[in-house]
Amino acid sequence: MGKKRRFKGGEIPTSSMADIAFLLLIFFLVTTTIDTDKGLGIVLPPPGDIEIEIRKENILNCLINSQGKVLLDEEPTSVEQIHRIVGQRLRENDKLIISVKAHPKTAYNDYVRVIDQLKMANAKRISIANSN
Amino acid sequence: MQFSRKTKISSEIPTASMPDIIFMLLVFFMVTTVLKEYSGLPVNLPKARRIEKLKSKRHTVQLWVSKEGLISIDDRLLSVDDISLVMYDKRVADPQIVVSLKGDEEAEMGLISEIHDNLRKVEALKLNYSTKTLVD
Repeated sequence: MGKKRRFKGGEIPTSSMADIAFLLLIFFLVTTTIDTDKGLGIVLPPPGDIEIEIRKENILNCLINSQGKVLLDEEPTSVEQIHRIVGQRLRENDKLIISVKAHPKTAYNDYVRVIDQLKMANAKRISIANSN
Repeated sequence: MQFSRKTKISSEIPTASMPDIIFMLLVFFMVTTVLKEYSGLPVNLPKARRIEKLKSKRHTVQLWVSKEGLISIDDRLLSVDDISLVMYDKRVADPQIVVSLKGDEEAEMGLISEIHDNLRKVEALKLNYSTKTLVD
């Protein structure tokens, strides 16, 4: 009498695989943070004191004092006006470099507002002078 | 006489490929997730209009400056002069690194300027002043 052993069910149960995958999916969905950092991009000059001679008419000096008041080429200006004036100056002279210099006690917020205004005027050449 | 329907229209959604679809989504989220994140210092970010988005978190270092003048990178408090040491290692490991400066509104420019100098020293030149969006 020959006994035939029948091989039964040599399979990995895959019916719950979808559930496991869902669980992992939900975990990664929850931990992912979509919102990226955003802000005003700027490129610092390379190290070393390289002196480049720039003609005086191509420089626009922008000074910020400790109270957040702005002096644009010796002219007291309100922050909201900067983008209009700089925009106009840039149309007259596309080689214009804006040199921003802030007093050491200036609040960071005032400085960012000025940089934002310059960005609004599409100024590409912004030079940041050392405050100290 | 009864008519028997010859063709049976199955009204089921095929679920056989569902695990594959879910796995694909899973892989997507696994690849895009960056788990390493630091909480940083409590800061009130300034607001600005002309905002750029940073491309990826992988190439970003967050540098926190609180209004008291504390500086922190990767949850470690540092002095101004230590920035160049820490940033040197980071820039060597990843040359296209971008520094996201999360400064408080009331931080002083003297300190920010010193940070600029220290970043320049190690050629970490790409800087981003982290801001909130200003809504008029």
